Amino acid sequence: MSTERSLAKTLNRMALTRRLVQRLTHEEAVVAGLGNTNFDLIAAGHRPQNFYMLGSMGLACPIALGVALAQPNRGVIALEGDGSILMGLGCLTTIANVKPRNLTVIIWDNGIYQITGKQPTATAGVTDIVAVARGTGIAHSEWVRDETHFDALIDRRFEDGGPLLLAAKIDDQPGQGQPLRDPVLIRAGFMKGLGTSRNGALDA
Amino acid sequence: MTWFEIILAALKDNEVRLFAYVPDNILTPLVEGAAADTYFVSVGAAREDEAVGTVAGAYMAGLRGAALMQTSGFALIGNALGSLVVPYQIPAILIISERGTMGEFNIGQTLVARTMRPTLEALGVMYHTLADLATLRFILDRSIKQAFTTRAPVALILSPLLTGGNPASSGQLI
Repeated sequence: MSTERSLAKTLNRMALTRRLVQRLTHEEAVVAGLGNTNFDLIAAGHRPQNFYMLGSMGLACPIALGVALAQPNRGVIALEGDGSILMGLGCLTTIANVKPRNLTVIIWDNGIYQITGKQPTATAGVTDIVAVARGTGIAHSEWVRDETHFDALIDRRFEDGGPLLLAAKIDDQPGQGQPLRDPVLIRAGFMKGLGTSRNGALDA
Repeated sequence: MTWFEIILAALKDNEVRLFAYVPDNILTPLVEGAAADTYFVSVGAAREDEAVGTVAGAYMAGLRGAALMQTSGFALIGNALGSLVVPYQIPAILIISERGTMGEFNIGQTLVARTMRPTLEALGVMYHTLADLATLRFILDRSIKQAFTTRAPVALILSPLLTGGNPASSGQLI
């Protein structure tokens, strides 16, 4: 295990999600992977710029990349679990090469497929997700040492000029919010939050 | 105009600027044409479902896009269609070069190709097989417009009749 990874304090996803949301003061878009990641995002208080996935495991980062390309002046944050990012590690290579400076990827790493019964993921073994991300070419990839470090990284996320990836070691506490279940409402609300809805009478 | 020039023109006519693709022999002139044109934003994806996800995100943020792949790549996007694009009503334009037919030499391609149209039908995704240069522009233009106005994905399948297919298919029989 790398020194950085072993020095990372075990944190709580709900608490970190709240800290994140409190720091989003510019209508940043947040794309949340399925399950506990988006349960905690909604528990932190719904924002019109939140997108909640109901499936398509592993696609939070590609979706967020699309948002980042379409709106290069808006900060975009992808929230993924370790199991989800392991399902599509190739997307990190794409992000590394496209280099969207407005994209931040946050990986909540508890080393388990939490929602399916806490089976271990590869990160419970020898795989270091930050080392993987650096290897893809996302140079600014960091283990979150503690809450203060998380705040600092979020606040200066544009300063290094490229995409940023943060991985936080988290505990196995379940997500706290009630999931939304209506994909059309989620999509329409997100588009309104991003200013891209058609403004028709029936648009959400 | 060649088939790929017509596709690029139809995408431009409908302000489809994002070009997310996994490389393919048949798609090469299309991909190179888009890369050479500053109108398009080209993203080479590692997997086809990733390309679909990026197109979905870009659409929601105001940038229209197409995901390009070959038939075997389509076999990787079932979950992206069934749990993202279709239920969220996202008009992803899917451009698929068709392998597995008319001279296919790889048995794996012939089998996976047979899953494509049944998958599209099971999900209720409209598709068109593009085989004729004379009708190409009309089908593309109207299908892309329909996708965006009805917020529904569409699959545009490029037949070997249109593209000439994989060059290896016309090699000597051995």
